[in-house]
Amino acid sequence: MMSRIFRHLREGIKNVIRNGWMSFASMSAVIVTLAVLGFSLILTFNVAQMSTDVTSQLEFSAFLNVNATQQTGSAIAAQIKALPGVESVQVISKNEGLAQMKKELGSEMGDVLNAFKQNPLPIQLVVKPADPHQIDRIARQVEEIQGVATVRDPHQLAAAIFRTLAIVRDVGVVFVVALLITSMFLISNTIRITIFSRRREIEIMKLVGATNWFIRWPFIVEGMLIGLVGAVVPVLVLVYGYRSLYIRAKGVFSGLAFPLVQAGDLGVKLAVILLAIGLFIGLWGGVMSVRRFLRV
Amino acid sequence: MIEMQDVWKEYPNGTQALNGISVQIQKGEFVYVVGPSGAGKSTFIKLMYREVRPTRGHIFVNGFNIERLKDHKIPLLRRSIGVVFQDFKLLPKLTAAENVAFALEVIGLSHKQIRKRVREVLSQVGLEDKMDMLPSQLSGGEQQRVAVARSLANNPAVIIADEPTGNLDPDTSWGIMRLFQHINDRGTTIVMATHNREIVNSMRRRVIAIENGVIVRDEEKGYYGYDE
Ligand SMILES: Nc1ncnc2c1ncn2[C@@H]1O[C@H](COP(=O)(O)OP(=O)(O)OP(=O)(O)O)[C@@H](O)[C@H]1O
Ligand SMILES: [Mg+2]
Repeated sequence: MMSRIFRHLREGIKNVIRNGWMSFASMSAVIVTLAVLGFSLILTFNVAQMSTDVTSQLEFSAFLNVNATQQTGSAIAAQIKALPGVESVQVISKNEGLAQMKKELGSEMGDVLNAFKQNPLPIQLVVKPADPHQIDRIARQVEEIQGVATVRDPHQLAAAIFRTLAIVRDVGVVFVVALLITSMFLISNTIRITIFSRRREIEIMKLVGATNWFIRWPFIVEGMLIGLVGAVVPVLVLVYGYRSLYIRAKGVFSGLAFPLVQAGDLGVKLAVILLAIGLFIGLWGGVMSVRRFLRV
Repeated sequence: MIEMQDVWKEYPNGTQALNGISVQIQKGEFVYVVGPSGAGKSTFIKLMYREVRPTRGHIFVNGFNIERLKDHKIPLLRRSIGVVFQDFKLLPKLTAAENVAFALEVIGLSHKQIRKRVREVLSQVGLEDKMDMLPSQLSGGEQQRVAVARSLANNPAVIIADEPTGNLDPDTSWGIMRLFQHINDRGTTIVMATHNREIVNSMRRRVIAIENGVIVRDEEKGYYGYDE
């Protein structure tokens, strides 16, 4: 049993090598396909995480001028609270803001903040409207108030990012489907050529009584190998690429409203999905060509 | 051992290759199948190892009922039959020993069994010292010996040969015929389509003559019977 599995593996590898250029072409097709798919998946995962984030975040922040005192802060907070439709206003003092930022950045990056002699952060007011739909109106009113430097509305920012990403993702899906079909076709064509180049062996195998599956397996293995190798490359590139991006992005946009999906989690998910799909299209290509071109 | 009852074969293009063949071949027999070109000899032979299916009639080979045989059981039938062809059908990149081993490998024998058996059959056909040569390094007769060794490897009850000497010169052909004679002496049934008048007329055996898809003659110790 084991020796038979080894034989099929060995013959499958031989097939891939013997038919080198075609194998390379099919692998490249799989690589491109899965790279595009993987990229779309990264977007999708992040968009999904953002949507859950946003629904829980129906509030916005107003930042005061950097030199505003705590008293001014309380006064402006009271003023906002008095506006119609405001449910609550939370004051985040300069020190609380700094502590929070240090926590977000983690110990290593957080130490950078110790370099400042004075706390560089403004007082932040977190405003929560009673009715989420009123958020835009209230934000505009708050912006008018004297002493308010900027208003940041994560909801709107998110909506804009959403729309763009959704388009990118949809285009990606269409591409991926087209590319998947192309890859399968290329794999099955590659295997067809291998079958043709091994027709004498196949003929003899049949004459001496090899079972159909014994004859088929090496070609199916060939397809799976092409699919698998075609998946490993984009997995490595994307997982590594995302990791670097994740590490960097965290450093630059410390206050970004939407944290990226954890690099580790995403890497595992991505690897599993891409490898499974690579294996599947290879298997499918193998089975198709064996069924259509191998008369046993 | 081999039995055909009123067997007909019409190819998909409408050619009537066999028109009602009935025959019995006993275990241990040596049978020549003769007849003009296009008479249906190869078709007759291909029916036995289920390369082609009859349009009508019943065929039994080594206890297998050919018409009822499920596709996945065909390998079992073929393992009980050795086949030899005019063009040898050797794999050019494999040595003599590897060619024989290949046939055993694909039916799942262990390496140890294979090595032993390859040596046995190659010495049986007198090629023990040329085991590691490629087909291109062997003469036609030697290549055919390798093919015969391969057909013997799995200890088949029957060897079926379609013009095994068709590509060989007369001297070499005699060598191959003596080999088949030996194999038959050990109890293996042999069915051989041939155009070789000299051999049929001097190594006298049962002769089945087919013309236009019917058996026109079936004699013990018969003659080739067609004039040049
Ligand atoms: N695959 C096929 N499809 C259609 N017709 C075929 C096929 N194989 C053989 N025939 C036809 O069937 C008839 C018998 O052919 P067969 O090969 O059995 O003859 P044969 O006696 O072996 O001839 P030869 O002595 O030349 O080898 C011929 O008319 C041939 O053209
Ligand atoms: Mg013929």
